[in-house]
Amino acid sequence: MKASPLQKLIVFVLGWGAALLMFFPVAWMVLTGFKSEIDAVHSPPLLIFHPILSNFTHVIHEGDYLGALGNSVGIALGATVLGLLIAMPGAYAMAFFPNRWTKDLLLWMLSTKMMPAVGVLMPIYLICQKSGLLDTLTGLVLVMMLSNLPIIVWMLYTFFKEIPGDIIEASRMDGAGPLAQLRIVLLPLAGPGIASTALLSIILTWNEAFWSLNLTSSNAAPLTAFIATFSAPEGLFWAKLSAASTLAVAPILIFGWLTQRQLVRGLTFGAVK
Amino acid sequence: MRLKITAALSAALLAASGTSALATTITVATVNNNDMVVMQKLSKVWEKETGNHVKWVVLEENVLRQRVTTDIATHGGQFDVVTIGAYETPIWAKRGWLDKLNDFPASYDYNDLLAPVRSALTVNGNMYAVPFYSEASFTMYRKDLFEKAGLTMPDQPTYAQIEQFADKLTDKSKQQYGICLRGKPGWGENMAFLGTLVNSNGGRWFDMDWKPQLTTKPWEDAINYYVKLMQKDGPPGAASDGFNEVEALFATGHCAIWVDSTVAAGMLEDPKQSQVAGKVGFAKAPIAVTDKGASWQWIWSLAVPSSSKKEKVAKEFIAWATSKQYIDLVGKTDGWVLAPPGTRMSTYQNPDYLAAAPFAKQVLAAVQSVDPQHPTLLPVPYTGIQFVTIPPFQQIGTTVGQDIAGALSGGTSVQAALQSAQDSTTSAMQQAGYLK
Repeated sequence: MKASPLQKLIVFVLGWGAALLMFFPVAWMVLTGFKSEIDAVHSPPLLIFHPILSNFTHVIHEGDYLGALGNSVGIALGATVLGLLIAMPGAYAMAFFPNRWTKDLLLWMLSTKMMPAVGVLMPIYLICQKSGLLDTLTGLVLVMMLSNLPIIVWMLYTFFKEIPGDIIEASRMDGAGPLAQLRIVLLPLAGPGIASTALLSIILTWNEAFWSLNLTSSNAAPLTAFIATFSAPEGLFWAKLSAASTLAVAPILIFGWLTQRQLVRGLTFGAVK
Repeated sequence: MRLKITAALSAALLAASGTSALATTITVATVNNNDMVVMQKLSKVWEKETGNHVKWVVLEENVLRQRVTTDIATHGGQFDVVTIGAYETPIWAKRGWLDKLNDFPASYDYNDLLAPVRSALTVNGNMYAVPFYSEASFTMYRKDLFEKAGLTMPDQPTYAQIEQFADKLTDKSKQQYGICLRGKPGWGENMAFLGTLVNSNGGRWFDMDWKPQLTTKPWEDAINYYVKLMQKDGPPGAASDGFNEVEALFATGHCAIWVDSTVAAGMLEDPKQSQVAGKVGFAKAPIAVTDKGASWQWIWSLAVPSSSKKEKVAKEFIAWATSKQYIDLVGKTDGWVLAPPGTRMSTYQNPDYLAAAPFAKQVLAAVQSVDPQHPTLLPVPYTGIQFVTIPPFQQIGTTVGQDIAGALSGGTSVQAALQSAQDSTTSAMQQAGYLK
């Protein structure tokens, strides 16, 4: 059935409307980063203004942007790699050798995400403090990995379930052990799914602020903690905060843009039979 | 020759190891206020002088309070110097969380510190924090608008006069509002101003038996006045305006009168941050039936938590950062208008500062006028002007602030808001053990 011009118009308007709605806060943040503090709070808001770069130079010189960027990259990659290493065998076992507890186990794992993080702040803080992991990359990698693990396991489980069990069975008949099955059969077949899981984990870890703010001070502080340093109880700070936010989200936006095809391919993997 | 080279190398190594053994890195937790940003920049001077290093942890105010509390309570020792206010100092000192700071060298000149400021940071005769900068509240107004309307702001305005002026200067068609005041709920936001308004109406938070007094006449008078005035002459959406939002409104020319912190004066007189620089007049905080507690007091101070393992160097750093020499350094490097205000008498005797800061005399008068030990007309069992120095106050103040913000936005009546505030405060005081 061919869509009528009116239907096409409605879809066009809705699509662009949704896209603009989502993009507007990001665009406004970038614009505000180029305003002076007084222009940033101007009422009515200014669309035409004299752009300046001093907020960006201030943020880079006064804050440790490169250090925070390095920490963000380290934490995001570390938590993702570690998470995949732990989740892949788990998802493999649950997808291909399910038992009566599998569904309950999966639901229990996901249910840990339903509790607000602040509910376990004190125990996690004390564990990190007693084991010397406060304000360390290792501590944050471990906490972030554990925080994202349920989602990684669930996603991988879903992707692995799409692979016919007969293929795994055939490879086993040919003498492939679990590691060889993962490497030769699962990785090529579920590659897009694993890649999109990794990308999602990187994005979630990059944007996580609660644990970063509470478990780091300076040595392991990532970009989310870096942004927070530019808010002030007394004094105008919107332009500098916007510049810091722009610098913080720029790497992950570029990364997301470069990998969008992979991300979409993975997320829709198996959606159409 | 070889012997000489070996001797020289050994000496150099010894010197190097000696320096590194002496060098200590301290961690300072602070907020991103302008004066603290200047301190971060100038700390390099101290590092050069002493060979020690400072690691900065800059946090949002509430996160800072939470992080520092957690660290001290769990003996984490993550921070060697913390930035705290006049509210925390007596509470934390009584809990043994802070080191005493009575032993700075004579050159520190404790007697130069302004008496009300020193008193607020002293518990049982010991100082537990030293002032970095302090603020009181006063009235800021647009001289040009007053002149145009033929009005004169007295040196000591009353709240009745403020209302008359605000009525005359409001022109909503031009987005010009006669009065701008904090409306955002929070013990350090709307309740800071409202605390002084209630005090000046003769009210108090608690009687001598810690019974909440939020439904008494002074509270009703104060909150009715505030809500009526703001709804009549204030900006739209005032219930979401905190210090920064009101500063932005005033700095962009939308407000005729603003009663708030003296720290705003420097920002409003800075042409880079304000479109009304040079057009702002200053007067004392308004009064209603009494001047007791009509102007607030807040002191951003530096303290050494008892969990720090580097107290000696931490104390050396804060002695430097709150010294006369530091204020002098700021004046010479960043300009006298940016010198930390409200801490030392010598600042207000410095002709360079007086010339650069046209608001200096009013700020000094406001800071010196406060008496946090006797904040109200009627006797009270607590200290603090716009806050009560008891641990449950943060929660109480914020809850009451939410009730009043509800009345300001028209969602509830003043009477209902105050009854709700009275009930929640009574319950919080019972839970905290102050009331049976």
